[in-house]
Amino acid sequence: MERGLRLENVRLSLAGQVLLSVDAKVSPGEVVTIMGPSGSGKSTLLAFAAGFLEPAFTAEGRIILDGADVTRLPPERRHIGLLFQDPMLFPHLSVAGNLLFGVPPGVPDRRARAAAALEQAGLEGFGTRDPATLSGGQKARVALMRLLLSEPSAVLLDEPFSKLDAALKGDVRAYVFDRLRERKLPGLLVTHDEADAAAAGGPIIRI
Amino acid sequence: MKVSTTVTGFIPGVAFTVLAGPVMIGLVFVLLPAFGYLPALGGHAFSIDPWRQLFAVPGLWRSVSVSLAAGLVTGAASLLITGLFLAGFHGTRTFNAMRRLVSPLLAIPHAAAALGLAFLIAPSGLIFRVFSSFGAGTDRPPDLLIVHDTWGLAMMAGLVVKEVPFLLLMALAALPQIDAPARMAVARTHGYRPVTAWLKAVAPALYPLIRLPLLAVIAYSSSVVDVAVILGPTNPPPLSVAVLRWQSDPDLSARFMASAGALLQLGVTVLALVLWLGAERMVAWLARAWMESGSRQTQDRVLAAMGGAGMGLVALSAMLGFVCLTIWSLAISWRFPALWPETLTLANWTHALPAISRPLSATLAIGAVSTLVSFAIALAALEHELSTGRPAGAWAMRLLYLPLVVPPVAFLFGLVIAAEATGLTPGLVPVAIGHITFVLPYVYLSLSEPYRRLDPRWGRLAMTLGRSPLRTFLSVRLPLLLAPCLTALAVGFSVSVGQYLATELLGAGRVETLTTEAVALASGGERRVIGVWALTQTLLPAIGFALAIGIPRLVWHNRRAMLDQR
Repeated sequence: MERGLRLENVRLSLAGQVLLSVDAKVSPGEVVTIMGPSGSGKSTLLAFAAGFLEPAFTAEGRIILDGADVTRLPPERRHIGLLFQDPMLFPHLSVAGNLLFGVPPGVPDRRARAAAALEQAGLEGFGTRDPATLSGGQKARVALMRLLLSEPSAVLLDEPFSKLDAALKGDVRAYVFDRLRERKLPGLLVTHDEADAAAAGGPIIRI
Repeated sequence: MKVSTTVTGFIPGVAFTVLAGPVMIGLVFVLLPAFGYLPALGGHAFSIDPWRQLFAVPGLWRSVSVSLAAGLVTGAASLLITGLFLAGFHGTRTFNAMRRLVSPLLAIPHAAAALGLAFLIAPSGLIFRVFSSFGAGTDRPPDLLIVHDTWGLAMMAGLVVKEVPFLLLMALAALPQIDAPARMAVARTHGYRPVTAWLKAVAPALYPLIRLPLLAVIAYSSSVVDVAVILGPTNPPPLSVAVLRWQSDPDLSARFMASAGALLQLGVTVLALVLWLGAERMVAWLARAWMESGSRQTQDRVLAAMGGAGMGLVALSAMLGFVCLTIWSLAISWRFPALWPETLTLANWTHALPAISRPLSATLAIGAVSTLVSFAIALAALEHELSTGRPAGAWAMRLLYLPLVVPPVAFLFGLVIAAEATGLTPGLVPVAIGHITFVLPYVYLSLSEPYRRLDPRWGRLAMTLGRSPLRTFLSVRLPLLLAPCLTALAVGFSVSVGQYLATELLGAGRVETLTTEAVALASGGERRVIGVWALTQTLLPAIGFALAIGIPRLVWHNRRAMLDQR
């Protein structure tokens, strides 16, 4: 079995007009960057990979994850995580609640795992806090931890650093990529920031 | 995604059945007897006798004209007050105060608002007491026919007091969609005075968005029953009240004429709507010339003052009416022209309580069932919309307004006949089902806007974290939308509590709720008892709205972002 994420001859079109075509392979521990101007369909590509393609678009090609074709699976069964532009911490849950949301049900020691993740994010004792009281960098780390706790087999990153302060950007970026490499996760990053691509360190696809 | 689509796929059908089904069935079963065909009552052949009988009723044309005028006058006055107030006060402190007042005003049931107004403007009411106390009158109430006046002006006033807050709320909900600040900025920087700028640059975009609610106001006002019984002319009464009388005539053969009357009521309402749409075109044509004239001001101050005065009068009447009800419910005797009763007591309440408990529990039961069922249908419809990615189209909106535009007195009577034909006994169940027809549109309307505004990424996030669509709905969308959900429930409950006709007709007069009792008491004139009942009737929806505001504050006291949402 071939490990990693593969976009096999993917072609997205809108109203008969081809938006983009991509054929890419992302190995475990590698982050492939897709760069392109806004409106080029990069986010649509991620939506297709995650399983949220809007009905207006048509897609050809397949999404292969660890050798299995997931193209027709619903999003919740693909094991593909998605990091958004905003941290998107659920405002109705506590910080620990957000992390627990990520841990699949039935996993042993759910709480211990969430606590360990909190510690790893350098946020020990923040569990009962309201996410609205965290700083931008703290929120970003919690969002990543929640994603990793859900045990994804691949991670999509939709310009996750674009809204961060310049001072914070480098730190968060390094933190995210280190965690992905550590866990040998294939990552697909969409961005229009050259510095993001450089930090990702993997191949760059321009569209 | 596929799973949830198939699970909720039947929902549009259910919504259609609940909304259009009763209206269609009702109209068919009023159409047949109107032309003499109703085998159960011995009508085996079609004839136009019911119509001959109907047109022979003395004063029929007066009834028709009052109903028609009530629809058009209430619609025009409510639109004018709402529009001029928005034009004159948009963004001011008065505007923000009014914004907070809208929901409490809406929560007062129609019957209670009408009773309060009656206590305020009657010859022995608060206004004339004030005149008298300050030397302008005598010790006796003036001999004037104000409440129940022949032309239904008091009734129209009562309707305007309730419909202005409704239109204002609809306008407030629509304003964010048309980016009013940008429109105002363009017009103002081109030298337009504020009110003229609003009327020329914002109003034309706003009107189409509040048009369906406005048509509902016109239809409602042209066929209202409870407000008409309390404030309207009595001899002859507005058409809807006359039709209801014939419908409840113990002589069953009167039902043929009553059916013809119900159809005539439908015709009157349709005529009111057609006339309005015609007037709309004329105004649009005239307004175009005015907008292109380039004039930068149009008596801005006068228009703003009119809007402010109209809105002030509406708010003041509602609040003073409420005060009158409260005082009367606590008074032993309150002689004219005293401004305050001699002693206050709780005796009226303790006397009334035993009689209130049964109607109160019936009101609660019917309200709870019809609201919860409507809420479930509305949620399912919105979830279906979300999972298919197709928002409800224009036809769905029209369907939603169907029970609000077709006069209830026309189709409910048909439903009663249909129910009798199938051997269904009148009672709590048919009443609750009937209420759903009126509650569902309001619940759906109040829920749909927050639902569509919710960031779709929340749901996607939950799914990429491995949650099923059902879990996503339960653990993400529902809690995030707790406040709007509670508001929708409160709105639905208040609609059910205020229902008069559906309860009266589908319950065959045997189901007693706070509203049916309050309206029945209105003709008795025992003001202390009326005060108690009308206040209880107001209290229920008020408690509902208070809970809808209070519960989220309590639950989210430690979740800042959930409290900042609104």
